[in-house]
Amino acid sequence: MMDESHATSSGSGGDCQETIARLYTFLDGELTQDRKNRIRRHLDECSPCLEAYEFESELRTMIASKSKDRCPDELRAKVAAILRYGKIL
Amino acid sequence: MAVSSISATFGCVADQEKFAEQAGEYMDALYGAALRMTRNAADAEDLLQETFLKAYRGFGTFQEGTNLKAWLYRILTNTFINAYRAKQRRPDESGLDDIEDLYLYRRIGALEGGTAGKSAEEEVLERFTDTDVKEAIESLPEQFRIAVLLSDVEGFSYKEISDIVGVPLGTVMSRLHRGRRALQKALVEVGMRRGLGIGDDGRVSRN
Repeated sequence: MMDESHATSSGSGGDCQETIARLYTFLDGELTQDRKNRIRRHLDECSPCLEAYEFESELRTMIASKSKDRCPDELRAKVAAILRYGKIL
Repeated sequence: MAVSSISATFGCVADQEKFAEQAGEYMDALYGAALRMTRNAADAEDLLQETFLKAYRGFGTFQEGTNLKAWLYRILTNTFINAYRAKQRRPDESGLDDIEDLYLYRRIGALEGGTAGKSAEEEVLERFTDTDVKEAIESLPEQFRIAVLLSDVEGFSYKEISDIVGVPLGTVMSRLHRGRRALQKALVEVGMRRGLGIGDDGRVSRN
């Protein structure tokens, strides 16, 4: 569990605050290589941040997997007709 | 692949069929996105049909080898914004800025005085149903909802979202940042209402 003091303290390998602030961008794979490496190093050394990272990662998987829908058959047929005839029947 | 790569043959039967086949593969995903955007099945059905109709008509402008999925989502998003936005009330964005980092995690992780293991937290996540998650996403203000949907549900990159929505990269990042905080808050609210063991005081109750 991450407490307030942890979030503002600095671990031996990097900064907890920076890591938490960039956690989502890290998960998105949108950080520069340099920053990505910094976060990775920090996560290797800081178990509270690693736990937070694992939670957020798990949360994202959960959100994606629990927001799926299946197109109803009737609508599926209508769309198939649109793609075939180019008009809404 | 070889036949359809001849882009000069746009509109010929083979290409049209291939397009229909490929576009059809995104039907479920686009329908889900349409549901999250419009928040009701009737509008989602209309939106999906309009999207595929526009895609059919615009097929000639689609460049073979570019991202078909992103192209379809751009049509869906634009159609939604143009056709349905006017119907909806101005979103309430108040209170989005005072949500701290790890909002949900902090409300789950304090189990038994801060000794919660990872499994306890994952266990709470598993208690959320599909309906809980969908409702939480649908509760977000429109701009944030679209950004979160395209990123967290559909897995588009910042650049792709920027192209789909037609806003600069910085705007995408800011909407995602605020949208994800709002989503965490919505999940906490859903979790508390449903008694999933999430406390507003950072405590988890075990049922």
